Order: sequence, then structure tokens, then C-alpha cells
Amino acid sequence: MTMAQQVTGDADMLAVDGVSVRLGGREVLRDVGFAIRAGEFVGLIGSNGAGKTTLLRVILGLQQPSSGTVRIDGAGHSRHSPAIGYVPQKVLLDPDMPVRARDLVGLGLDGHRLGIPLPSRGRGQLIDEMLRAVGAAEFGNERVGNLSGGEQQRVLIAHALISRPRLLLLDEPLANLDIRSEQEIVELLASIAREQRISVLISAHEMNPLLPVMDRVVYLAAGRAASGTTDEVVRTDVLSKLYGQHVDVIHLHGRILVVAGRGEGPAETIGDDGAHCDARAAADWR
Amino acid sequence: MTHLLRMIVEPGFFANQPVRVALLAGGVVALVSGVVGMFTVLRGQAFAGHALADLGATGGSGAFLIGVNPLWGFVGIGVAAAGVMEAIGIRRPRGRDVATGIVLGAGLGLAALFLYWDATVTNTTGATLSVLFGSMFVISGSTVPFIAALSALALAVVVLLYRPLLLSSVSTDMATVRGVAVRATGTAYLLAMAVAVSLAALTIGAILSTALLIGPAATALRLTSRTGLAVLWSGLIGVAATWLGILLAWDSFYWPPVRHGWPVSFFVVTLVFLFYLIAQLPAVGRIGRARARQARTGG
Repeated sequence: MTMAQQVTGDADMLAVDGVSVRLGGREVLRDVGFAIRAGEFVGLIGSNGAGKTTLLRVILGLQQPSSGTVRIDGAGHSRHSPAIGYVPQKVLLDPDMPVRARDLVGLGLDGHRLGIPLPSRGRGQLIDEMLRAVGAAEFGNERVGNLSGGEQQRVLIAHALISRPRLLLLDEPLANLDIRSEQEIVELLASIAREQRISVLISAHEMNPLLPVMDRVVYLAAGRAASGTTDEVVRTDVLSKLYGQHVDVIHLHGRILVVAGRGEGPAETIGDDGAHCDARAAADWR
Repeated sequence: MTHLLRMIVEPGFFANQPVRVALLAGGVVALVSGVVGMFTVLRGQAFAGHALADLGATGGSGAFLIGVNPLWGFVGIGVAAAGVMEAIGIRRPRGRDVATGIVLGAGLGLAALFLYWDATVTNTTGATLSVLFGSMFVISGSTVPFIAALSALALAVVVLLYRPLLLSSVSTDMATVRGVAVRATGTAYLLAMAVAVSLAALTIGAILSTALLIGPAATALRLTSRTGLAVLWSGLIGVAATWLGILLAWDSFYWPPVRHGWPVSFFVVTLVFLFYLIAQLPAVGRIGRARARQARTGG
């Protein structure tokens, strides 16, 4: 277990090696490295501002790293890789915009093509199939802007999956979801990873909802990363080194709290929205 | 029946040459504005569209000044302004509004000068009125082929870029990941929009062409949830407003106060607004909602 674990192996679906990113003179990511194998479910955990979105953008080819490499399925990186499916944090669609869920899923199939999509039976069936697979069939004809957060996430996941990617990247899909939708989305993603052997990299500021399904974790703090199994990474010594200050890792009823401070004064937790709150409030966490 | 028809369509309507040119050119231009406008609304570029429309006044008045067909003034300034807006940062939403505002302000300053010169130096009476409020009934027959060609061009851009445009208006990141050249797509669309509003400036006037760009699209939003159908509705609503407007302008020839006809642009814009109001009626909204519910329960 090192801070920037060296990447190895030919079977890696995604290999990030020594990636650093400077944005406006600030070092957002420093020597980040980890690898994901086929069918693995990996959580990218860190508070807001830890660099999760930047890291995802580097993997997607939307952001050029100042140094380091990203390899997808053993191949060098191009800006548009058909192997990657991407679910953004949110989409900009007002409720009155005439774009139905199934339209958006269809754009995942051929949104880059020129011309008007001709209604073909094969295309329609593929879209229906995908909507059913993510449990979005019943609102397939509704406007995307009218859907709830959880429903929108399902549609976005269908959009990303319909082109049959082997790596699925999701940017904070659980943010702003109620507890039930959160669990449903996590279960959906886990079954997709398991059944279709798709590698999933999901960013979140809260790791607890992902604990039951995560194969491994990439923990980001202050632009640096530690990766491995939850037991290897989410430990007092590893995270203290990562944060550059002492933090305690507390296990509580199967959940994990990361708490800053050494007992002098009220302890603070690190995580949720980057906010610091006292340990009593933290015990109410899901 | 014939009597009633004669009351609505005054005799000589279809035989009149300017009316026929107006129906043809006005109809084509309205169709293009409606179709292009649906994407203006989807992409949240109404301000850019309005600015390009207003700037037509600069090009139109300049063209009158040097004695060129105003169509070339409208189109020339539209394309140039779109290029400048793109160059100074129309990409980010806020930078976009600022860039648009800067170009709009500078352009309208020139329009003030050109219109003043039109009225005083070259003594082109009526130039101001026709630049600002259109000249549907005095479009020369020789201009029609150019109008048709430019319309076809703008339509072709939107039809070709239909999917990339739609996806990049949902999320530029999703579009880029899918392999869409987001920047180039946006630039091409901006130019198509410039051409569309320039054409509408010729028919219903530089400052009214926004109405044909935004109004039909805003109305179509209420009628359907299907993107393709909304684009179609938007175009048809624009055409309907224009044709009805031409008819009413013809009919209004004997209306008070001057018994010289009311301006056609007034009718077109008012009809666009009326259609919009009708679409906002709760009954129309209920139809839309019922369809959505039906879709939900009926699968």
C-alpha cells in the first residue's frame, strides 16, 4: 500500500499512473495512480474539492493532465473512447424542455451521428430494453426535466450503458438522492457490474452507501490518492498520512466514520460536503 | 359559404403578385425561424438570438446607405456578429451573455448612425421603417431564390446537426464523451441562427424577427414532449402566423384610421403571441399532462 500505488498488469480495464493536474496555479491532483480490473466496482471517495471530478475528467479525456498517463483497456487514451460510458452529476434540462427519457437514451446510442434519427424497430427495441434494464420503462415517455433525481440517474445510466461500454464512470450519482433511491441506484450499479462484467468507477463524498458493494476504494484527499480494499485504505494510519493530519477511523454498526482531531476539544469529522461537524452529529449519519 | 370565404379572403388576394411573393418568402423564412428557434430555446440562447436579430438593423441600414439589397446587409452583419460573439467567448453561459451584450451595444450604435444618414443624407424615406419592421410586400422577385437558398442552408445545418446539437444542449460533457465536436457544432449552429434571423429581418423586420425565432418554439414546447415533433410544430406555427398575418394585412386595407392597410409585421407578431397564450391555457396543458399520465400508466 503506497500513496500512489503503482499500476500493474495487462488485465487492467483502467490504469491511471502518476497523474498530476495543475489548474490556475493550484495543484488539484498530485501523482495519482490506481488501476481497475474488468468487472470491478470501485468507489472514488473524497470530500468536495478533493479532486474527484477533475480525476474523472482526466480519465474521460476532457481534462489534460500536466503529467502522468491514463490507459483504457491497455490502449493509449483518445478524447472519445467507445469503451467508456459516462454519467455526469447533473444535466441542464428544464421541466418544459421536450426531451423524453427515451430520447436521451437514444442519444447515448448515436448522439454523435449526423442527421435525424430514423425511427427503426431495432433502435426502438434497444432503447426499450435498456430502459427496462435500469427500471426506467414506466417513465420512458416522460420529459427528462420532469423526473425525480433518482429517475434521472436511471435514465442517465441507461444513456451511458446503451453503447455497451466496458468502463462506466459516474460523477456523484448519489448526491441529492433520498435514502431509498440511493440504495436502489447502488444495487442497480452493482448488478450491472456483476452481470455484464462492466468496471464501475463511482465518485461519492460519502462511502457508507457503497460499502456493501465496493470491491475497492480510491480515497482522495488534498489531491493525493490511496487505493486498495476498504480495509487496506480506510485506516487511521493510511488516511492520516493522506490528509497530512491525524484522523481517526471509527467503525460503527457496520458504517465507517472518518474523524479528525486527537481528542483535544470536540472531534471533527471529515467528509460530507467537506463540512466539519462534531462527532455526535456524525453518529446520525447514514 | 363562398360569401363567407370572400369576406375572409378579400378578392384578388391570391392573384396579387406581391402577396404571392410574400406568402412564399414569408412562409419559407417562418419555417426556418421556427425550426432553428426550437434549438435556440433548447440551448438557452434566446439572448444571442435576439441580439443577432437586432443587429440586423445595422446591416440593413448600412445596405440602404450604399444602395445594396438589404438582404446582404442583414445576412452579412448577422454572420459577422456571430463570428465576433464566438471569438470573444460565447462558450461559457456568463461569458456568452457578456459577449453578446458588448457586440449588441456596439452594433446598435452604428445602426443609429446609419439610420440617421439614411434619413438625412441619402433621403431614403421609409428605410427606417422597412429595416426595423420589415418589407414583406416589397420583396423583389429576384431576391426570392437567394432567400430560398439561404433558408435551405440554415435548415440543412440544423437537420444535419440535429443529434449533436440536442446532446450538447443536454450536457456538453456527455456530448464530448460521445464523440461530438461540441465547439464546432455550436459555431455552426450560431451561424445558422444568424442566417435565420437575418432572413426574418427582411420579412418582418430586424427588431421583430426575435418573435418568429422564440415565439413558435415557446408555443410548441407546450404541445408535445417529443423533440422532433416540437421542432415540426414550431416551424408550422411560424408559417401559420405569417400566412394568417399576410391575409389580415390584405384584409385591413379598408380598416380605419388611414384606409391604407395595417403593417403585416404587426399581425404576424400578434398572432405568434396569441398562439402562445392559447397554448398556455389550462385546457391545453391538461391534454399534455393527460398524455404524459397515459404514457406512464399505459407503459
